[in-house]
Amino acid sequence: MPQITIDGKSFDVQAGGNLLEVVLGLGLDLPYFCWHPAMGSVGSCRQCAMVQFQNAEDERGRIVMACMTPVTDGMHLSLSGERARDFRADVIEALMVNHPHDCPVCAEGGECHLQDMTVMSGHRERRYDGLKNTHVNQYLGPLINHEMNRCIACYRCVRYYQDYAGGTDLAVLGAHDHVYFGRHQDGVLESEFAGNLVEVCPTGVFTDKSLVHDYTRKWDLQSSPSVCVGCGVGCNTAPGERYGRLKRIHNRYHEEVNGYFLCDRGRFGGNFVNSDIRLTRSGQQQADNTFVALSREAALAKLAQSCGAGQRIAGIGSPRASLESNWMLQAFVGATQFCAGFGPEGAAVRAIASALKGGGVPSATLQEIEAADAVIILGEDVTQTAARVALALRQTVRNKGLEKAAAMGVAIWQDAAVRNITQNDCSPLIQLMTASTRLGDIAQETIALSPDDIARYGFALAHALGTGSGVTDMSAADQTRVEAIAAILRDAKRPLVISGSGCQSESVVNAARALALALQQQSELTRVVYAVPESNSLGLALLDDHPVSLRELSEQAQRGELDTLVVVENDLYRRAPTDVVETLLNAVPNIVVMDLIETNTIERASLALPVASFAECEGTLVNAEGRAQRYFPAIAGKPDQPPAWSWLADAAAASGRQALAGLNHIDALLQAIAADKPVFAGAAEAAPGAGYRDRIGLKVARQPARYSGRTAMYADKTLHEPKTTADEQSGLAFSMEGDNQSLPSALQPFVWEPGWNSNQSLHKFQTEVGGAMRGGNAGVRLIHPHDGTLADATALPAAFSPRDAVWWVTPQYRLFGSDELSAQSASVAELIARPQVSLSPADAARLNLTPHDGVAVSVGDRTVKCRVNQDAGVPEGTVGFIQGLPGNPVWASGEQATLERLPDFARPPEVLARDSEVAHG
Amino acid sequence: MRDLFVSLWSQLETIWRVLGHTFSKAETIQYPEQKPYLAPRYRGRIVLTKDPDGEERCVACNLCAVACPVGCIALQQGVREDGRWYPEFFRINFSRCILCGMCEEACPTYAIQLTPDFEMCEYERTSLVYEKEHLMIDGPGKYHDYNFYRVAGLEVAGKKKGEAENEAAPVDVRSLMP
Amino acid sequence: MAELKIIGLLLLLLGGAVGGAAVMTWFERRVLGIWQDRLGPNRVGPFGIVLVAADMLKLLGKHDWVPPFADRPVFIFAPTAIVVAMLLGFAVVPYAPNVMVIDMNIGLLFFLGMTSIAVYSVLLGGLASHNKYSLLGGLRSAAQMVSYEVFMGLSLMGVVMLTGSFSLIDIVLAQEDLWFAVTQPLGLFVFVIAGLAESHRLPFDLPEAEHELTAGFHTEYGGMKFAMFMLGEYLGLILISCMITTLFLGGWQGPWLPPLVWFPIKTLAVILFFILLRAAIPRPRYDQLMSLGWKVMLPITLINLVVTGGVALWLSEGGF
Repeated sequence: MPQITIDGKSFDVQAGGNLLEVVLGLGLDLPYFCWHPAMGSVGSCRQCAMVQFQNAEDERGRIVMACMTPVTDGMHLSLSGERARDFRADVIEALMVNHPHDCPVCAEGGECHLQDMTVMSGHRERRYDGLKNTHVNQYLGPLINHEMNRCIACYRCVRYYQDYAGGTDLAVLGAHDHVYFGRHQDGVLESEFAGNLVEVCPTGVFTDKSLVHDYTRKWDLQSSPSVCVGCGVGCNTAPGERYGRLKRIHNRYHEEVNGYFLCDRGRFGGNFVNSDIRLTRSGQQQADNTFVALSREAALAKLAQSCGAGQRIAGIGSPRASLESNWMLQAFVGATQFCAGFGPEGAAVRAIASALKGGGVPSATLQEIEAADAVIILGEDVTQTAARVALALRQTVRNKGLEKAAAMGVAIWQDAAVRNITQNDCSPLIQLMTASTRLGDIAQETIALSPDDIARYGFALAHALGTGSGVTDMSAADQTRVEAIAAILRDAKRPLVISGSGCQSESVVNAARALALALQQQSELTRVVYAVPESNSLGLALLDDHPVSLRELSEQAQRGELDTLVVVENDLYRRAPTDVVETLLNAVPNIVVMDLIETNTIERASLALPVASFAECEGTLVNAEGRAQRYFPAIAGKPDQPPAWSWLADAAAASGRQALAGLNHIDALLQAIAADKPVFAGAAEAAPGAGYRDRIGLKVARQPARYSGRTAMYADKTLHEPKTTADEQSGLAFSMEGDNQSLPSALQPFVWEPGWNSNQSLHKFQTEVGGAMRGGNAGVRLIHPHDGTLADATALPAAFSPRDAVWWVTPQYRLFGSDELSAQSASVAELIARPQVSLSPADAARLNLTPHDGVAVSVGDRTVKCRVNQDAGVPEGTVGFIQGLPGNPVWASGEQATLERLPDFARPPEVLARDSEVAHG
Repeated sequence: MRDLFVSLWSQLETIWRVLGHTFSKAETIQYPEQKPYLAPRYRGRIVLTKDPDGEERCVACNLCAVACPVGCIALQQGVREDGRWYPEFFRINFSRCILCGMCEEACPTYAIQLTPDFEMCEYERTSLVYEKEHLMIDGPGKYHDYNFYRVAGLEVAGKKKGEAENEAAPVDVRSLMP
Repeated sequence: MAELKIIGLLLLLLGGAVGGAAVMTWFERRVLGIWQDRLGPNRVGPFGIVLVAADMLKLLGKHDWVPPFADRPVFIFAPTAIVVAMLLGFAVVPYAPNVMVIDMNIGLLFFLGMTSIAVYSVLLGGLASHNKYSLLGGLRSAAQMVSYEVFMGLSLMGVVMLTGSFSLIDIVLAQEDLWFAVTQPLGLFVFVIAGLAESHRLPFDLPEAEHELTAGFHTEYGGMKFAMFMLGEYLGLILISCMITTLFLGGWQGPWLPPLVWFPIKTLAVILFFILLRAAIPRPRYDQLMSLGWKVMLPITLINLVVTGGVALWLSEGGF
């Protein structure tokens, strides 16, 4: 363990790091810009200067950049000495020469790393009185605001965007003091991870556009620890509230789930909370299909009446509702009357739950994904369905380069050097896909296969690696390819198998399970990632061990055996074909629908009940790796919009169901869930309960210590400053009184340290820079795999062969559009993909399609007219159809579609084609 | 010992001097019958001013709100069509205000200025809650020439990039000239 | 008839003492105003005198509130104790040759005893409030009173020695030729300071010390209970002034004017001096107060005692 001396004091430090990391890790303050814990050092900003001395006697020393200096034993350094300090003050003064005088109108102000570092470096007076350089801004889409004048040229943005996230359309342009960070022309940033620029940029060049237009400073935001509801990854987020509106979502660091970054669906999709289609009042449907608003009490009475004694009820849960709400509904209606409410992906999600429990291979944490040395993806377009995993995979493929660098003695944080050594050498990433993906640039091979063929490839690979019975009727070409892939995987020490419910195919998941099991025979470090589409898909699959399908429910209803149907946070029209849903809903006399937005299902409700969103109540979600994570409200909940479980608990009390009546507190509820379903025993420990108090007996403050305007915020309504809303469900308070420094990370609502107002203060909360949070990793893994087996039904699907004039529908997904809730966020709505079908060029040629033509796609009696995307990654005989787009029918994988050419189809304008629009900042 | 006597003497001297004030005139001004002189920069209640071009100066930066020791200022930022930030509402609860002037001190645009008006009495406390329309005056107040947007780099209608004070024309990224 | 006369005198004295204390609240503020170059209360009635009534009405009208966390019986008892003790102290004060409630041969000791009882009031008030400011105030007052009581008693021993009696009438009569203020200057000095401390008036109001302890022992008090504390304090001020007049300034004795005029004049002068001290001298730190008491006052008192004793002995031996 090296010992270094800083300003005469000795420290024992970890070897292998750079000096900046080490100094920050010791809790000392050293200003920096270009270094980022996830991206390493390039030494471009010259801000982290220290003086290094030859030995204890040396008094002159030399200036070194801490971020570029490896720590060695016996170093003598000066951090706060005059020379180092003066140097840093000079550097920041130079960096600030062209900085515009606009902090008051900058959305970064108050959480600006540049502000913090300027203060820290001691530069307070401008001496330069010449002309400042200026730049014209670009329109970068509805998500991100560009204000180039504020740039200090630290290069973090392009290093993040190009090197880390693999984007190609943001670059550094120009030379010397003409240097410009932007696109070649105005236009929407293409990367799915562009939103992280907001947090990566140390100043206000890239800011959150929706925040800029309804701005609140960080010190005024009431934040809470939360979990993203955009997909099954379960990234940790920190939503911020002011005046009852969700203002923004920031990343909340979790070492094992999302690290420093979010995808744009997670960052910008949460704004559906503020959308106009939120359901705010309870309502009863009249004969003329209008709704009459009901008070909470009246609505509760109605609910209790329709679910009371003698009523035959059934319930439909939802993969986007919390574990608590789903369990409560299941307990309320009884397990045999509970339909999980999955869409066509249901069987695959259940297969995933079974694979995680019995497959024997642990699911990968974020670090394990990034540490893998060979990746095989079976039919899951992770960029669109589990985006954070795709970002991690971009780091995974760097491992080959890192190994090369390590062999040459170059530290991995020497970012530029490592990338030079790497060139385009990637660790193997093999995709078996139904369409081309955004990971094509880093994939060693992408094989276009239909879902059934993907499963067959998977089983064949497993067999080649020594597990399972194998596939006998494979073509020789396929055999060769399987052998080649198997050879790559055989060499891997830390292989990673990625699959998911994206193909809506059980066989694909089971093939991945078999392949992972096979790989585990040779390496204990084999890991799997199964993507699931929604925030609680896996939790629901684990909960629902007695599957009841919509059709079974429908038959029961048609027999007249159902009086009331309770639907919780589910739009059935997005889950099953319209006729199936209509048959069910027409047969049930009484339909109670609880949801947070107005959906088509709400239109059919006899009783519509509003519920709280993730930003207004607490709940537990089980992510795709089987981790139960708690989210807490940033917005004080409204009594009229309780969480769904609370409606049901109150209805249980009103209708005399004693067992459920007492469960109107989340802690009690979680205990009951754990008692009922042992698999969820850990869920109660996912976060401290409502009894949590800090060392001085206070709850955790959601508001920063500088929260302003408390005596004026609501003075227009009442002068008697209302008592802060009591939060009886959690250990957090809607208040600024309480600790924020040493918390369990599951309760950490925001990060802030004196002198570190920006999110860069994070390292003050980590055990080591870039390491775990001091408060432990939030959430609890529910599944601990032991001896693995193959899936029970490992029936091998038949090989797929194209048929004449009939196309096999394969599901496709889009980050913006396939998810129901995020599509309601105003900024995301602008980016929702236009309906399209993807065809292989061969099929397009067969249909004589020109690029200007559209097609009419028909399945059964539904026809959709849309444009055509010719994609060489689509296997012949299949047609890729985007799932979940507003207005699109629910066509599951394997539906038989017919296509008809529509000449001169008027293409709706493409999202990325709006390059010419220029918006003011 | 010597200290003891010195301090005792000092106390006695103090007593004597205070006694001497028996015959000096009281400084009290009998407000409200007599009005005190209030300098133009007296720290009474705040107003919101406009810049020399007649646009509202407040850019809703929230610095006044955070500087306020009693938390009596609340506002919400908005962005106007022309690119300017402005307060959608600006509310000050004068029943809480202690007239300390920190908001004026913090204001980066000279929008908030303190005035000699301190006589705010109402029968309804709610009448002491002033909104933007109650605070806005139709002039620049004590600072006649200052216009924040002429100094700041943000682009607004009528002032493109490079047209603010001390700004060079925007860089042509495609130029290769040194 | 004699009983009626005594009852009348008692009522007069009670009324006078309490009324005087009430007027004192206004008087002190006016006088302080003069010395601090301002006006003081001048709005209510002529010269603001009606303010006394207004204050009283206000205090009477206040909610008689006992904090839920306080020790209720003690909390209520504490303020009454100080008033009772102080009023009893007036019993032994000789206002004029025949005007006093009782001439006890231990009158001086009775006075000392009564002032000691007043300590309990402050101490109990502080303890019963269950508030840390009050508790600190109560503790301070206990320590302060215990310390200063020692040499308050001792400082008077010179006077007693010279008189040879504890009876206050005897003490007054003993000053027919020469005030004890002249023969006992150190005694007077110490007694004035100890008297200030006993009545915890500024600059020795450390039990209250509003800058550091909010309002010290009476932080939790309001309304009439608070008024009782104030009344007790002002009664104490008047009582100490009366005693100084009696013990050191020749009591009722004086030329030309009748005794019942001389006594109030002298007392008022002493009161004015106390107010002047309040106007002029800042409050010492607590440790300064204690070290002043034990390291300066006690030695001075002892020296005074030894010298007086020696001189008295020498004189009784017949002198030269």
